[in-house]
Amino acid sequence: MVSLPVGTLYRGGDGMWTWVLHRITGVSVFFFLLVHVLDTALVRVSPESYDLVIASYKTPIVNLLEVGLVGAVLYHALNGLRIVLIDFWAKGPRYQRQMTWAIATVWIVLMVPGAFFMLKHTFEAMFGSTS
Amino acid sequence: MSAPAQPGPVSIPAPRTPQRSSQRSNVELYSWLFMRISGVVLIFLVLGHLFIMNVLDGGVQRINFAFVAGRWSSPFWQTWDLLMLWLAMIHGTNGMRTIINDYAERDQTRLWLKMLLYVASGFTVLLGTLVIFTFDPNIG
Ligand code: HEM
Repeated sequence: MVSLPVGTLYRGGDGMWTWVLHRITGVSVFFFLLVHVLDTALVRVSPESYDLVIASYKTPIVNLLEVGLVGAVLYHALNGLRIVLIDFWAKGPRYQRQMTWAIATVWIVLMVPGAFFMLKHTFEAMFGSTS
Repeated sequence: MSAPAQPGPVSIPAPRTPQRSSQRSNVELYSWLFMRISGVVLIFLVLGHLFIMNVLDGGVQRINFAFVAGRWSSPFWQTWDLLMLWLAMIHGTNGMRTIINDYAERDQTRLWLKMLLYVASGFTVLLGTLVIFTFDPNIG
């Protein structure tokens, strides 16, 4: 096994990958936010134009993309909290790896029911409603 | 498969090396601090927003013009959305600035990418603010 450089949180290994993911999710969410302010601005044009664009958010494929967006934001938020704790909590640097596992766990625990409720309507529309 | 490159020495100047620049400024420190403070506030604003809009009773399927009109009749949600817009945009723009500084190596490229970024962000913040303040439920 290649030995990793010591004394840095960011080069190689899990510390680097959590950073790469933080950067990718940050950029993706930023670009979505620009689009999202634009589509919401349609409420100043007419109810019809707003409802028309929002209708595309309700289609199965965009619905799935929304789950991806929520997953990206949730990761960025949890890992951002981990960064804050590393920087400001005296024991943060020592527990940074445990915190990586903690946020991975919280992410899964929130995303499983979250994705279920987000996709519920799409499933029912595609495979027939049970209710 | 080729052997992985050995990590090279990290070049960090010795402690107390005199600063090369004569104009010292704390801008990067404040930017660093702002990312952390705004981040913690955004956890509540953004995750709350995503939960209410996408998960709570029916999620995105129930959103339409009337839904927006209902929410923005309350100063509470107006304030929530305004604060979230400004904090997320400044936080995101500042993050993008860092990333441009990291990857764009030519001075000219960096300058123009950042100009583009600031114009796009300024436009988006102003548009969003205008929409929240001038929303008219009886339009159309
Ligand atoms: C939801 C709560 C959020 C938290 C806790 C959070 C936390 C953070 C922190 C602490 C940093 C600084 C990382 C560093 O200096 O090493 C950061 C960077 C960044 N954030 Fe956020 N953030 C949040 C939401 C957002 C949102 C909504 C956006 C998009 C508009 C965003 C976009 C970015 C970008 C682009 C960076 C730069 C990434 C980099 O330099 O690698 N963040 N975030």
